Amino acid sequence: MSAGTVSKKKALNSHTILLIVTIILFVVLYAGGCIAYGSKGFTHLQTFLNILITNAGLICVACGLTCVMLTAGIDISVGGLVAMDCMLLATGMRSGIGAFPMIVIVLVIGLIFGAIQGYLIGYLEIQPFIVTMAGMFFTRGMTAVICTEQVSITQDMNKAFYDIANIKIKLPFGGYVNGKGVYMAPYVRVGVVIALCVLILIFLMLRYTRFGRSLYAVGGNAQSAAMMGLNVKKIKMKTYILSSFLSSIGGICFCLNTMSGSVQQALGLEMDAISSAVIGGTLLTGGVGNVIGSFFGVLINGTISSIVKTNGKLASSWPNILTAALLFLFIVIQSIAASLRTKKAK
Amino acid sequence: MEESVVLTARGISMTFPGVKALEDVDFTLRKGEIHALMGENGAGKSTLIKCLTGINDFEAGEIHIDGIEGPVRNHSTKDAQDVGISTVYQEVNLCPNLSVAENLFIGREPLTKIKTVDRRQYYKRAAMLMDDLGIAVDVSQNLENYSLAVQQMVAIARAVDMECKVLILDEPTSSLDDEEVEKLFGLMRMLKNKGVGIIFVTHFLEQVYAVCDRITVLRNGKLVGEYKVEDLPRLKLVAAMMGKDFDDLAKIKSDTAGKRSDEVIISAQGLSHTGTVKPFDLDVHKGEVVGVGGLLGSGRSELVRTIYGADKANTGTLKVKGQEVKINQPIDAMNKGMGLLPDDRKAEGIIEDMSVKDNIILALQAKNGMFKLLSPAQQNEIADKYIDILSIKTPSRDTLVKQLSGGNQQKVILARWLATDPDFLILDEPTRGIDVGTKTEIQKLVLQLAEEGKSIMFISSEISEMIRTCSRMVIMRDGAKVGEIDEDLTEDHVMKVIAGGKENE
Amino acid sequence: MSNEKKSKESFLARIRKSPLFLPIIALILVMAVNIIHDAATGANPLGFFIIRLQNTTSNGTILYGRIIDILNRGSEAAILALGMTLVVSSSAGTDISVGSVMSLSASFCCMLLAGYGVSSTNELAVPLFVGILGGLLMGCVCGCFNGFLVAHLHIQPMVATLILYSAARAIGLLLCNDLIVYIRNGSYGIFGSFIGPIPTPFIITAICVCVLSIVLKKTALGLYIQSVGINSKASRIAGLNSKRIIFLTYVICGLFAGIAGIVNSSRITSADSNNIGLYLEMDAILAVALGGNSLGGGKFSLAGSIVGAYTIQAITTTLYALGVSTDQAPVFKAIIVIIIVAIQSPPIKAYLRKRNAAKEVARV
Repeated sequence: MSAGTVSKKKALNSHTILLIVTIILFVVLYAGGCIAYGSKGFTHLQTFLNILITNAGLICVACGLTCVMLTAGIDISVGGLVAMDCMLLATGMRSGIGAFPMIVIVLVIGLIFGAIQGYLIGYLEIQPFIVTMAGMFFTRGMTAVICTEQVSITQDMNKAFYDIANIKIKLPFGGYVNGKGVYMAPYVRVGVVIALCVLILIFLMLRYTRFGRSLYAVGGNAQSAAMMGLNVKKIKMKTYILSSFLSSIGGICFCLNTMSGSVQQALGLEMDAISSAVIGGTLLTGGVGNVIGSFFGVLINGTISSIVKTNGKLASSWPNILTAALLFLFIVIQSIAASLRTKKAK
Repeated sequence: MEESVVLTARGISMTFPGVKALEDVDFTLRKGEIHALMGENGAGKSTLIKCLTGINDFEAGEIHIDGIEGPVRNHSTKDAQDVGISTVYQEVNLCPNLSVAENLFIGREPLTKIKTVDRRQYYKRAAMLMDDLGIAVDVSQNLENYSLAVQQMVAIARAVDMECKVLILDEPTSSLDDEEVEKLFGLMRMLKNKGVGIIFVTHFLEQVYAVCDRITVLRNGKLVGEYKVEDLPRLKLVAAMMGKDFDDLAKIKSDTAGKRSDEVIISAQGLSHTGTVKPFDLDVHKGEVVGVGGLLGSGRSELVRTIYGADKANTGTLKVKGQEVKINQPIDAMNKGMGLLPDDRKAEGIIEDMSVKDNIILALQAKNGMFKLLSPAQQNEIADKYIDILSIKTPSRDTLVKQLSGGNQQKVILARWLATDPDFLILDEPTRGIDVGTKTEIQKLVLQLAEEGKSIMFISSEISEMIRTCSRMVIMRDGAKVGEIDEDLTEDHVMKVIAGGKENE
Repeated sequence: MSNEKKSKESFLARIRKSPLFLPIIALILVMAVNIIHDAATGANPLGFFIIRLQNTTSNGTILYGRIIDILNRGSEAAILALGMTLVVSSSAGTDISVGSVMSLSASFCCMLLAGYGVSSTNELAVPLFVGILGGLLMGCVCGCFNGFLVAHLHIQPMVATLILYSAARAIGLLLCNDLIVYIRNGSYGIFGSFIGPIPTPFIITAICVCVLSIVLKKTALGLYIQSVGINSKASRIAGLNSKRIIFLTYVICGLFAGIAGIVNSSRITSADSNNIGLYLEMDAILAVALGGNSLGGGKFSLAGSIVGAYTIQAITTTLYALGVSTDQAPVFKAIIVIIIVAIQSPPIKAYLRKRNAAKEVARV
């Protein structure tokens, strides 16, 4: 008889169930939106695509943050970094630098910034929360140092960037005929394509590369991971580099959407990203989670905002409250699931 | 016979601030032998191992490994693995959130052509490896779904698969029951036959004689000697470890046995905790030492935890001195005069970053309540008193408890309970992982306390130890109380009851 | 080595080990920067330290000077830091909701005082103390919510408090009907202005510090909190109710957040939900870390946190004096934070120790 076996099916564990719950919740929310606001165009595919368009930057940021959270870390500098990136892009183009050099500069700055944070966290063993909090202060402050006013990117400033931002990638299906009898083809923007590419790449990375798997190991038990010969410090550093880099990509997506840079931009984005990841089933204790979950977390957040906006009468603070309520719900479910598991283990 | 030597360490020295942890220690490991590394706590076993595995940076000396030119100096566990030294620790150092297969291969997964992880390949290889070693697991399941013993074996399998020449097992058996230990020994013997040199660190003397070929003894950071197992009978080994002729443990045998008082202190009826302990009845009389025997995981710890309220009882009633009481949490039990020294000293015993003094007064202060703070003078007095009575070796009462050795930490926790002056004290494995000298001291103390009229429940994995100290034993099996042994308290009889079976038929 | 030298060294070493070492060094540095700046710009080099009485139209004769300003402006952070210290110690986590809770408490208090939907009032709808009590109670309720999640549901503090971090401010806005509620009644402004010549926020901070210190000194709360923070399982076995203690620290933290919220809103005699307490949670956490407290929980020093809080305010005030704008100041704060935590980090400490040891050897 063979002792070691591989079962074809992995038992449905609580994490998978949680992910399914998240997806079901999204579907229910969205369906609810469709039923309630069908007359206001909620049922159109474009409404869904708009959620993607608005949140393209957040998707990139959430992917990076999910990786960080897998290692039981946290990165709250992402919002500030996005704001700084937007400001850099806007002021850079205002002073006449081309779109592509600016994009490269922004990405390189992301890498350097991530490397510094990663070094402090990985090699100097400072708590991630403190380092990235300082990072948040730094990037927010730097945004103001670069320019204190809002800078808009106009067509005259940089034609190339303006054009990229305005590309409509039309989809061959799901259109509708509007009141004037014109066929409206659904479209997405470049940011969405970038975000979806990032999502798929990170998903594959987490599943099929050594680095991806080592993130789970570090988050599961950093000491064990070190004992098993993984270079935990280096892995942590790389993770924060990845997070900052993805945030920079997110910043570019964000800028493509808003076409401006300002100190107040992307305020609280880090919390949106964290709550998306948590709603998507990533544990802040590390070791468990997936970017697919985070993606649905972002969609849920986006759907709530969209519903509130479509309603038009609800106070602007409702999305925050609803998201927080959802976060509460999911955290409690996670907590109960965890305590059930430990009970079972006993 | 000159077997091929796989690892030699010569003249290893290492100092920690203020302490000479290792002084000119030699160690030789041959191919295909199981070599016990013995010594009391603080003798330098762990330090030596950490020097071999690259966790500690030793100051002087050389390490040579078969097949490698020149002296080897490891700077990390990774370096050690690269030269063929793998280690398995007491605590399982794996990731519970990953599958068994991933735990086996993390960091060295088989890759496909495009440098991605070849999942199919490594599941297959993992299954083959576990099959080879005769470990029955589904390698695609997460590690957290398996028992500690299986996890420990996975850790060993991982070490073995790295084609190690030297396998270090640092107290791997502490949390395993007898059957699991036997399985582990089987695995060790198999590896030995494959030519792996195994360094085995353990506190259990029986285990040394069960599997080892050679013994190296350390004392106070110095080498005492290297012996073949046949040449070093148990008493001599203990003497070598302690550095003096051993005052035979048997001498402390109680003569209080049999003089049971009629006063019942604790009386449990149908007490249970779902999932861990089935309903049981138990009476404990004044001044007696009741042992709880059974295999690890048989529910013996859970039994006492249920009485104490560390795990809240789901059914049944508990009477203390004849009065029915409701115990929801430990403080309730403490107010009824109970105390519990838990089996996991580090997780549930010491408050490591606090001073010896604070650790000692903690339970008393908890009992007194938040608003009746002991004055600094009272605190010092209590701390000094118990440091003296239990001869706790500490530089001062303000030393952090984590800086003390394991045995002394255990004494601090004992002091914590003695300070509350309990009528009924539960000691769960008070002697685990501490050196022989302190063990004897604790056993003597238990008997002394019983003589003073305190009732004690005593749990130990060493049956002989319980027989020496207890006047009565309760035996647990599979979460149920299966017997009480009053008379005929012999090792044979106890073993039979623990093992169950049908010896009476 | 001579005896004298030895004792001197051990004295230095003692200072270096003191939890107050870092914040005080930082304070001294800040003062030095001020002196240099003043001297360079031709002002009185000791201008930083000058405290004088000044007549103002709104508050009468008050104490005036940069130090007074720091003590005044740093009050909210100091009050928050008190609660945060306990939370960090008992639960090895931070309460990131305090800034939002401040805002909610202030909004609730002002809503009570003005009545729902009123954006500006001269007449109080309810007696002042009812409003204040309401605000403090709201703080406690938030604390209870956080405490319940952390202590009873075993949720990581940061995640648990993340909920109120995003919700509390929004709820505050809802309570104020999306308006900034102005209380144009003189009595409300007292908490943010002056009693006699002394700034009221400073007096309130002093009272909070005194009360908390006395509680910690006269009861076993300090021992309980530290014990639970270091090892909650062991503390439970030793008879402590870990859950209740952790819960309690969050309630205390919430209460202090409520106090800070009312002080802050009293300064501007209004409830500006969007801006009250913005980023103050960060200052409070920083103050705790700067005070030499490990964010990993366990032992704590209240004095350290307070000095830390005022140090941060001193840094901020100095930056403003140097002409750095409010938006830009965080850059410098960030750099200072990183330097401070980097010197405290284990590898750097180990490196310094090694170097010292090497020096010692060389000397012998």
